[in-house]
Amino acid sequence: MSGRAWIFGDNVDTDAIAPGAYMKSGIDELARHCLETLDPAFAREVRPGDVLVAGRNFGAGSSREQAAQALRHHGVAALVAPSFAGLFYRNALNLGLPALVCPDAGTIRPGERLRVDAEAGQIENLSRGGTLACEPIPAHLMQMLRDGGLLAHLEKRLARGRRPA
Amino acid sequence: MSAAPRTLAQKIIARAAGRNAVAPGEIVTCKVDLAMFHDSSGPRRLRPMLEKLGARVWDPERVVLITDHYLPAEDEESRNIIRITREWAREAGIRNFHDGIGICHVVLAERGHLRPGMFAVGGDSHSPTGGAFGAYMFGIGATEMVGVLVTGEIWLRVPQTLLMRWNGRFAPGVTAKDVMLFLCTRFGLDGGQYQAVEYAGSAIRALPMQERMTLANMTAELGGQTGLIAPDETTRRYLEEAGARDIEIAPWKSDADAPLLARHEFDAASLAPQVAAPFSPALARPATEFGDTRVDIAYIGACTGAKLEDLRMAARVLRGRKAAPGVELMLAPASLKDQEAARAEGTLGILEAAGARLFATACGACAGYGNRLGPNVNVISTTARNFKGRMGDPTAEVYLGSPYTVAASAIAGKIVDPREYLP
Repeated sequence: MSGRAWIFGDNVDTDAIAPGAYMKSGIDELARHCLETLDPAFAREVRPGDVLVAGRNFGAGSSREQAAQALRHHGVAALVAPSFAGLFYRNALNLGLPALVCPDAGTIRPGERLRVDAEAGQIENLSRGGTLACEPIPAHLMQMLRDGGLLAHLEKRLARGRRPA
Repeated sequence: MSAAPRTLAQKIIARAAGRNAVAPGEIVTCKVDLAMFHDSSGPRRLRPMLEKLGARVWDPERVVLITDHYLPAEDEESRNIIRITREWAREAGIRNFHDGIGICHVVLAERGHLRPGMFAVGGDSHSPTGGAFGAYMFGIGATEMVGVLVTGEIWLRVPQTLLMRWNGRFAPGVTAKDVMLFLCTRFGLDGGQYQAVEYAGSAIRALPMQERMTLANMTAELGGQTGLIAPDETTRRYLEEAGARDIEIAPWKSDADAPLLARHEFDAASLAPQVAAPFSPALARPATEFGDTRVDIAYIGACTGAKLEDLRMAARVLRGRKAAPGVELMLAPASLKDQEAARAEGTLGILEAAGARLFATACGACAGYGNRLGPNVNVISTTARNFKGRMGDPTAEVYLGSPYTVAASAIAGKIVDPREYLP
């Protein structure tokens, strides 16, 4: 699957991704306001399979995992940035949303078509040709991502534990 | 036998991982001594996931649940979140449930739940506050909290340590908030690199416990996983008064020659009061450099800005004075205990006489879930974050400063250096 690139800057915070005023609402309502202070078109026009490309320290701030959930709700296929806020990175992978650390993320331009391979740690730029390398996702997190996130991973683990010997 | 020198972070993690030693960079699984969460990150999200898994809390005695984000419950959605929180506390048998008595990080400490050497997680990004007591505590999201509640364990990459040593003494009117705004600006919101940040030096040793909590708390803004301060007699006294027992101080410090990622030395006396401009804690400069920046709202609130020590700072400046006409002085003490102590000693009276309007002892406008500010106002606030739209309308311009600076700016009606206003 491939999707278009949406470009954001450095230090995009969780208040921008999941605004506090909508944190008491359901995910549909919250996702409608995702990133609206930075790019009002994003929540309206993002399509399943699109890729969010950001600058340094994406997801700074709160522990609210609704930030990752809102992006996933829109069908964002992957997040790509030279670095992520540590807490947000954990949340994204826990919710089954691949977050790829890519030192050259800044070379991607708005609207370019990208194909992201989280397993291989590669981003193919279909608009311009060429491939960008990403840091590998640690093995234990990649396993969790394959299961679909932490909840599905725990379900599997608990089912294994309950199976009679 | 001589063991390799180790940081405080390594010692706590090794203990929690059941290992003799751990090396920075390794991924380990740790047993969790304490898991804290609140009404927003807590039951409303955890319960459906626990039900889906058909799983129970591994050890209800190690869980601390606190309501602070959706209180006072202003609408139906908030009331529902609070109702679910209370129901779940009963169902899950959570005895450590603190309902409506203050902000989680402050309540967790004042109720004696923390100990030096503990390995703890919190469902809130400011959970590094626990590091002020020499506990390795960090924030996690709700799904990861479900993992902790089901298994009693969590993974982490053993961090390196960045040492921030503050030598000498801070000048009067200079606080932990000024230190953290300065560090965020110097090193950036990712300066902590999701490693452990340790604060040390004579200036840190001289800080009371609640000021240390402000330092550790804002390690979140600095981008560290946790912020640690080695425990000492100040820590012991605070914890004993809070009712904690079995407090061990001696083992929980970094060895002098432990390898560090970075070591930064600062002269405490040369730090001036700092103010961070909208919309980032990393946009700080000395308070004198804000010219005639108008103040409409002065906000004294939050876990990093309205503890008893913070209220005392504000009162030192506001005693016998009043907020300027047209300035709304808002006061949301961080806990009921601190509010009542401030009332008993006269601190609260000074603030009220200065025109402060009292709000609930909860997260309030800091989290932006209640008491939302704006539009089109200039706010100076003792809180930790001034991201666009966080405290209210995206047009609200929020500046951050210490309780001294916020109080002095309320009097002046513009942003000022509080040192001119100290008695």
